[in-house]
Amino acid sequence: MTIPFAFDIGTAMLLIAVGGWMMVAQGTMVAVIIFVVYGLLMAIAWVRLSAVDVALTEAAIGSGITGMLLLSAAARLRQTEVTSTLPSFPIRLLSGVLCAAITSGLAVVVLLPADVAPTLAPMAMANLPETGLGNPVAGVLFAFRALDTLLEKVVLLLALLGVWSLAPDRLWGGVPALDSYAPPNDILVFFAQVLPPFGIVFAIYMTWTGASNPGGAFQGGTVLAVMWLLVMMAGVVRAPPISCLRLRWLLVAGPVLFLMVGLAGFALAAGFLAYPAGYAKPLIVVVEIGLALSIGATLGLLAAGPPERNHQP
Amino acid sequence: MSTTITTTASGYLLVLAIMWPVAGIMLSFVTSGRGVERLACVVLPVGFGIAVAVLIAVAQGGQSQIYVVGDWAPPLGIALRADGISAAMMLTTAIVMCATGLFAQGEFSQPSDLPEARSPVVFWVLLFAIWSGLNALVLGSDLFNLYVALELLTFAAVPLVCLKGQKETIEAALRYMLFALIGSVLYLLGAAMIYGAYGTLDIGLLSERVRPDPATLIAASLMTVGLLAKTALFPLHLWLPPAHAGAPAPGSALLSALVVKGSFFLIVRIWFDAMPGLLSFAAAQLLAALGAAAILVGGALALRQKRLKLLIAYSTIAQIGYLFFIFPLAAGLTAGIAWSGIAWTGGWLQLFSHALSKAAMFMAAGLIAEALGHDRIAELGGIGRRLPITMLAFGLSGLSLVGVPPSGGFVAKSLLLMATVMEGQWWWATVIIVGGLLAGGYIFMVLGRLLGSSATPLASLAPVSMRRELAALSLAICAVLLGFLPLRSSDFLQIGR
Amino acid sequence: MNSATLFGLCSAALVGLGLFGLIVRPEPLRKILAFNLLGSGVFLFFGVVARRGAAAGLGADPVPQALVITGIVVSFSATALAVALVLRLRKLTDEVTSGLGAASKAQEDGDHS
Repeated sequence: MTIPFAFDIGTAMLLIAVGGWMMVAQGTMVAVIIFVVYGLLMAIAWVRLSAVDVALTEAAIGSGITGMLLLSAAARLRQTEVTSTLPSFPIRLLSGVLCAAITSGLAVVVLLPADVAPTLAPMAMANLPETGLGNPVAGVLFAFRALDTLLEKVVLLLALLGVWSLAPDRLWGGVPALDSYAPPNDILVFFAQVLPPFGIVFAIYMTWTGASNPGGAFQGGTVLAVMWLLVMMAGVVRAPPISCLRLRWLLVAGPVLFLMVGLAGFALAAGFLAYPAGYAKPLIVVVEIGLALSIGATLGLLAAGPPERNHQP
Repeated sequence: MSTTITTTASGYLLVLAIMWPVAGIMLSFVTSGRGVERLACVVLPVGFGIAVAVLIAVAQGGQSQIYVVGDWAPPLGIALRADGISAAMMLTTAIVMCATGLFAQGEFSQPSDLPEARSPVVFWVLLFAIWSGLNALVLGSDLFNLYVALELLTFAAVPLVCLKGQKETIEAALRYMLFALIGSVLYLLGAAMIYGAYGTLDIGLLSERVRPDPATLIAASLMTVGLLAKTALFPLHLWLPPAHAGAPAPGSALLSALVVKGSFFLIVRIWFDAMPGLLSFAAAQLLAALGAAAILVGGALALRQKRLKLLIAYSTIAQIGYLFFIFPLAAGLTAGIAWSGIAWTGGWLQLFSHALSKAAMFMAAGLIAEALGHDRIAELGGIGRRLPITMLAFGLSGLSLVGVPPSGGFVAKSLLLMATVMEGQWWWATVIIVGGLLAGGYIFMVLGRLLGSSATPLASLAPVSMRRELAALSLAICAVLLGFLPLRSSDFLQIGR
Repeated sequence: MNSATLFGLCSAALVGLGLFGLIVRPEPLRKILAFNLLGSGVFLFFGVVARRGAAAGLGADPVPQALVITGIVVSFSATALAVALVLRLRKLTDEVTSGLGAASKAQEDGDHS
């Protein structure tokens, strides 16, 4: 047994153990903290599977901003935590059997792989030069399967609208109340003043380098979102009212740009979401920058929640 | 069999069908005040025009219309494909959307000189989103692209359920959300297995490569179970009644008429297009048995409801059940067996006529509730005389649900009945007949009340706009007219297969 | 047994655990956590498929990787919407149980700033 393989065994066992612990832990707050640890372990697993782009996404979104969201939710629910009862034993048994069946089914599929694992890697690499990109994952996201990426941006916008729609009528257009669950303190303010410059530079680098190296608009946008949340929570920057038109433009700028570039393909290239020969890479980089800004704003506001007080200019 | 997939002449229409409402969503974010509603006045008719254009293109070409997005052909890229059923589904969606838009103008209007209000903005954006999600779902031919479309639909449907913002509707939305999320994850897991086995997610390529091995069957079962949770087939129906009854009337219309059909459509895509011939006799019987249970349980529960909107929601559970008879009865479609074609037509007619009549019925119920201030069935006495147009809309759509001639529902149910007899699966025929009796029971119970003598003074009725009554009536008339379509036109539903 | 198979079995276990938690845990926030566990198991399975498809000089097939990135973002949106529903539901429940009047309710979530 080689050392890397032993490391993988350790990671896999830890993932299962930590995941199981998260399910049974007493107290929601503890479970959420375990979740953040779990996310970081998962990022390691992704590196071990040679998927560095995914590892970055998992660390930034799967663990980072999801962790922030869940931590604040757990903190808000803590005062009023009610003990609910588990379902009856027969139901638990039945669910257990069902879940075990799905796990075994999945295990069978894992243990009986095709003789030659099917892959699109050669095809992706063969077509990558046409996009001018160096990172094949970016090639899939912004060229080969750009439609998925565009529609997924719409899903993000809809989720945000869904979150906003939970505000009471009289607070529509108001301000999300972030400080109510992280009362400002000196340490938070210190971090909120020191970290953002580095964070923003890192986000720009991440977005820029995504064309040829692991990284890209998703990861860059998430770093921006985390920085923004930090300064809003610390009270260094005020949360914007959701009726603010500039904010609304920021939210849709990336998706609108992407859609317009896509539609321009009808006239200037081989069709919708196709790029004119030679201009693919600059166009994709521009779209990625727009998307990183919009993703940052959207993710940040998703974590900030619905407006909770009226806007007072 | 062709292996390279290329764009057809009218393929660009498929892109427009998805992206037109998407553009509406994006613009809604930056037009404040009454702008969103005005935007709807443009988005709805043009969207309708696109649906009609796709239908004409498919009918004239006699074959599927295809668009290869970004000129990257599958398996690396994504294609969109419109066959007969997608074009028909798009037109049904467009009709329901436009009628709903007409109905909702007024209910979801911005006050003219006040700051932007919450529910109008949210409602219109969600309407656009459901439209683009459904179009993406019926046009998609890539299993992961379809996953994104499913999520688009879910994220539009959940906030619609709790648009009113009361505690009960938020509870219903949360429950719906959890069911829908389990459904999507199981679907996604199945899609991952398919990619692992075949190296493609394109439905057309899959149909050429697919083989009946354990991995494929496990994957297809997981996807189907996930989609059944979203379709609310018995016994995964528990989330539906509070969710569909809790939404505002035009929202209920969209959810019950269209949203649950999206995931059903995808189940058909999987078993008839991606994996033709892989559905075993036993599995098809199981799906139909669940459908039969849905018809009986949904119908029986509808009879016991005290509130009109809940009764209509339980009726949706029952009417969804009929759709699943398509799996055993149309199984021989690819082999060209005649009665499979009959069952295929019957199943789709059931879907379209239910969509039209159920949307009309929810709108009528909404108007009744608005006029009376409640929707308690026992106290509906005599309202039918005060709102004759609404009453007519409810009655006509009810006849189609029961399956009384002449109506789309009648033709649908009699075609299915005919197919059960010819296929020799008479046991489903009894369920269809009993289901019709149950539907007759709950529809005539309500109609009796509506026409009955008034128990309470009706002077205090709130006024109801004639335009909104006519929107409901026009859908009910469409449901009836569906019964007059020449049967020859059913060939259209087989274009592209 | 190689690393891909190992993580594949790991993903199978995570999917089972997450689904069980999602069905059995009664508290909404715990259900959301379980949903994230379930989702990460499914994504990990994609990762295994990607790793097995290593070719053309790449350590893993880029297509499933891109799908996972899209999936993680969608999953975060779902979490955010579900959390917002849970928080709103709790707030409305608290208002009902503590019997707050309309005036103090307005004060509680409207004007304290």
